[in-house]
Amino acid sequence: MEWLYVLMPIAGVKIFWPGLIILGIGVGIIGGFFGMGGAWMVTPGLNILGFPMAFAIGTDIAHMAGKSLISTMRHGKFGNVDYKLGLIMLVGTVVGFEIGAQMVMWLERLGSVEKVVRWLYIALLAGIAWMVFHDVAKRRKMERAAAAKGETLDESVQGINWAATLHRIKIPPMVHLKEAGIYCSAWLPIIVSFLTGWLAGILGIGGGLIRMPALIYLIGCPTHVAVGTDLFEVAISGLYGAATYTWKGRTELVAAMIMLVGAAMGAQVGAVATKYIKGYGIRIAFGLAVVGCAVSILLKLVKPWLPAYARLLDNASTTLVLGLVTAMSIYIFVRMVQGAKRELAMKKNN
Amino acid sequence: MKMKLRKLWWSLMTLLVLSPSITFAAGGGEAAPIVIVADTRKLSGIMAWWANLYNESHFQFMILTIIIIPITGVVFGILADIVMSHIGIDLKSKNLPGH
Repeated sequence: MEWLYVLMPIAGVKIFWPGLIILGIGVGIIGGFFGMGGAWMVTPGLNILGFPMAFAIGTDIAHMAGKSLISTMRHGKFGNVDYKLGLIMLVGTVVGFEIGAQMVMWLERLGSVEKVVRWLYIALLAGIAWMVFHDVAKRRKMERAAAAKGETLDESVQGINWAATLHRIKIPPMVHLKEAGIYCSAWLPIIVSFLTGWLAGILGIGGGLIRMPALIYLIGCPTHVAVGTDLFEVAISGLYGAATYTWKGRTELVAAMIMLVGAAMGAQVGAVATKYIKGYGIRIAFGLAVVGCAVSILLKLVKPWLPAYARLLDNASTTLVLGLVTAMSIYIFVRMVQGAKRELAMKKNN
Repeated sequence: MKMKLRKLWWSLMTLLVLSPSITFAAGGGEAAPIVIVADTRKLSGIMAWWANLYNESHFQFMILTIIIIPITGVVFGILADIVMSHIGIDLKSKNLPGH
């Protein structure tokens, strides 16, 4: 079974390469479907495969750049990417991220901030999950009310519509974002991306998990456009990230390429699956992913209070994340197959 | 007021273009300052060349990485596209309207 292991030339360890491909397929499908990089899913997976942590972040970012690029191209063909919005948001994201990262370093000099940051992350994820499920519940309520009157609720009606209020703030320059179907002040995406970038900088994450709901609820993008535009940003920042980590010598390119074989194909499956699932379906699945991520972090946070169960909590956290990756990617894949079958049957009938 | 806002807008754009160090920071936080050297003794062929390149120049290694990664992604993504369009899936339009 020696052939199933490949020697990483930089890290000097032998890794089970089919495991890297399977992990790549899983996070590729989820990334292409939700529009995020998914570092929180990749790191525990690499850890289990015996990957040295010194290279985990760089390798993850390198594979993320490749898979996000190809799924951005796919979403672009579906009309799901607002490149203008993505470029405007890049300004705020970059500046916000840098300020956030500098703030953390400054706070670290004052004392340990790691715990505070993790709790902040939990609070943020809880807020996002609440926002998503509150939106879904409100929309369901509206649907029931419409059904009681014998009407059907329009697809464009949303449970939460904070973006409409924000669009009324008309500070120049105004921008028309064609794909997103939005006319708003350019300051809105800049400020929103600055805040999400700042939070990502403080939390030390890529930011897709925060940016995707912000694009929907604060900027007012349709869910599919939020997914595509977020992937466009992930692709650009991922490429920069890959460059900077590789320059520091922290990327194991062989592993990134093996993962990318699975991730690039998985990302295409995830991107195509969005064709068959309504915006609210994507939101519900996203909300569940956020809850899973929050619980996995929570399990790690309670470890110091339960030292006797430290190992159990660690294993539970990793199992939860990998279980979530497996369940979500299977769900998305099945929905894609069902949708494709329907599409092919319709084509045949026509 | 309008002029001031426009000025601020263009200043931000200029800041983005002229500050590669800030832009690079978008990739993540600082890595710990440890020097890692690849052990090339067990390697041969392309792997040995690759590890030697890593040891000799992180800059060249980076340039090759940022060329190889997008190409690999696009090649395998296109491969998946070929399979899906062979099955008959329409890869040019989305079916569902709505938010």
